[in-house]
Amino acid sequence: MDKYFHSVRLDTSKCVGCMNCIKRCPTEAIRVRKGKAKMIHERCIDCGECIRVCPHHAKYAERESLTSIVNYKYRIALPAPALYGQFANLDDINIILNVLKRMGFDEVAEVSKGAELVSHATRKLMAAGAFRKPVISSACPVVCRLIRISFPELIPNVVNLNAPFEEAARLAREKAMKEHNLKAEDIGVFFITPCPAKITAIKQPLFGEKSNLDGAVAISDIYPVMLQQMKKVTEIENIQHSGRIGVGWAVSGGEASALLLDNSLHVDGIENVIKILEEIEDNKLNNVDFIELNACTEGCVGGCLTAENPYIAKNRLQTLKKYLPVACNRIGDDNVPHEMFWQKPLEELPVMRLSGNIVDAMRMMTDIKEIQKMLPNLDCGTCGAPSCKALAEDVVKGYASINDCIFMLRKQLDDSEMESLIPAPYRKEE
Amino acid sequence: MGELNFKYDVLKNDFTCAGEASGKIKRTLKDLGFDSNLIRNVAIAVYEGEINMVIHADGGVITCDISPEAITVVLDDKGPGIPDVDLAMQEGFSTAPDNVRQLGFGAGMGLPNIKKYADDMLIETQVGVGTKITLKFLVK
Repeated sequence: MDKYFHSVRLDTSKCVGCMNCIKRCPTEAIRVRKGKAKMIHERCIDCGECIRVCPHHAKYAERESLTSIVNYKYRIALPAPALYGQFANLDDINIILNVLKRMGFDEVAEVSKGAELVSHATRKLMAAGAFRKPVISSACPVVCRLIRISFPELIPNVVNLNAPFEEAARLAREKAMKEHNLKAEDIGVFFITPCPAKITAIKQPLFGEKSNLDGAVAISDIYPVMLQQMKKVTEIENIQHSGRIGVGWAVSGGEASALLLDNSLHVDGIENVIKILEEIEDNKLNNVDFIELNACTEGCVGGCLTAENPYIAKNRLQTLKKYLPVACNRIGDDNVPHEMFWQKPLEELPVMRLSGNIVDAMRMMTDIKEIQKMLPNLDCGTCGAPSCKALAEDVVKGYASINDCIFMLRKQLDDSEMESLIPAPYRKEE
Repeated sequence: MGELNFKYDVLKNDFTCAGEASGKIKRTLKDLGFDSNLIRNVAIAVYEGEINMVIHADGGVITCDISPEAITVVLDDKGPGIPDVDLAMQEGFSTAPDNVRQLGFGAGMGLPNIKKYADDMLIETQVGVGTKITLKFLVK
């Protein structure tokens, strides 16, 4: 598989080459070239901001269709707890789980179960002082990818445990193999995902050779089918087995509160996450025990593959959680099982630096400064880069020309001739 | 000389922009590909110094010189000056007024912290004129 696989893709037939996505991308990973958006793949962290902001729906997440599950003899659905917040007037999570079973899945394994196990393991490891403080959560794959390209100094602070969906998948497959005498390859384990980043995490895992999952189905794809099926469910089997702690992970703050600490912090929204990582890097949060970071607004309920508004989903989850026990799953009294840990560490990926050689990088930076002085610093984006600084970098790297800037082009022509052709905000005279 | 220079203005009592200069220096060092430990030391020390300028001085100027061997940062302010440098270097010593302490600043750790994170620190100060702190971070 491609080293820089991403589930976030572009439908060039829909892209009109506007400035929306290039301005919104937190890692400046998009440029407009030949009238279309072009991704700088090594910089993309799969946050889905471009999918959210594109008015032409040209950005999308590559994912499995619901029918792809038929390729497996035995199919397991792994619903993210965010799925529970998508439905109005729902008073029992069991209805959702039973509907999934009617849709062709042989078994349903709640990701919230995995979340409770990860919470318990994190509590144990933190009590043993296993991480550098402030401890940073690793459940959001966007955050992990952001840390490795922009904040590598913070890697020792990150919890080195597999995300809840990986843990839930591992246990579900083991159980199915034992109970139904199946081979591992006969079983298809599918995550019902709220976001593209988790699809990438399955296809191109950061922390091991292979994911415990076989694919992912988007909540937004399965939602309309589930709505139809819900009307048909008459008998409801009681299979729900996770509590407030596990279900709470769907919303920002859930993971942190599950650690039962007095001194934690939870932050959501990619811009806020970046600001907090800066603060951690500057040693300003050393007194905080744990920091939960979610790239999406309000956490996983804000994922760009969900069907419902994140605040409404949050409110519904609050109601659904009301009659649940605190937790239903724990890892036992022994040490944290080694299967729960990452198989390989998070590694720095220095794609943001100008060059691998500091002397070369300094020469480039000097040129960038000179070019920046010439540019108008309006950050209009018309050149296809998100800012004048980004254009200056692209010019020095050889990816763009300074005349891609319409204001630079104008300077080459006679000012008096051009004045009437210049857009009103930038004319020298009325 | 092959050196890169950056200059930033720091404004008095402007907490909304406090940290902007140190943040920009950090960003630049990351783009250049310096070691992340070194970058962190520079960021922490310069942030402390920048906050000191916001609180104590009538603003000032931060300059940053980058070479492959060392990062030199000069924090130059027009402020009250430091009457007793040895006392100011003691951990916990603070002259910050209450309104500043309420914002979480002024714990008396600024100068000692700066010294801790820099490889070399020179304080030139004159009461009533200003303070110039020169910090050097060596690239190892």
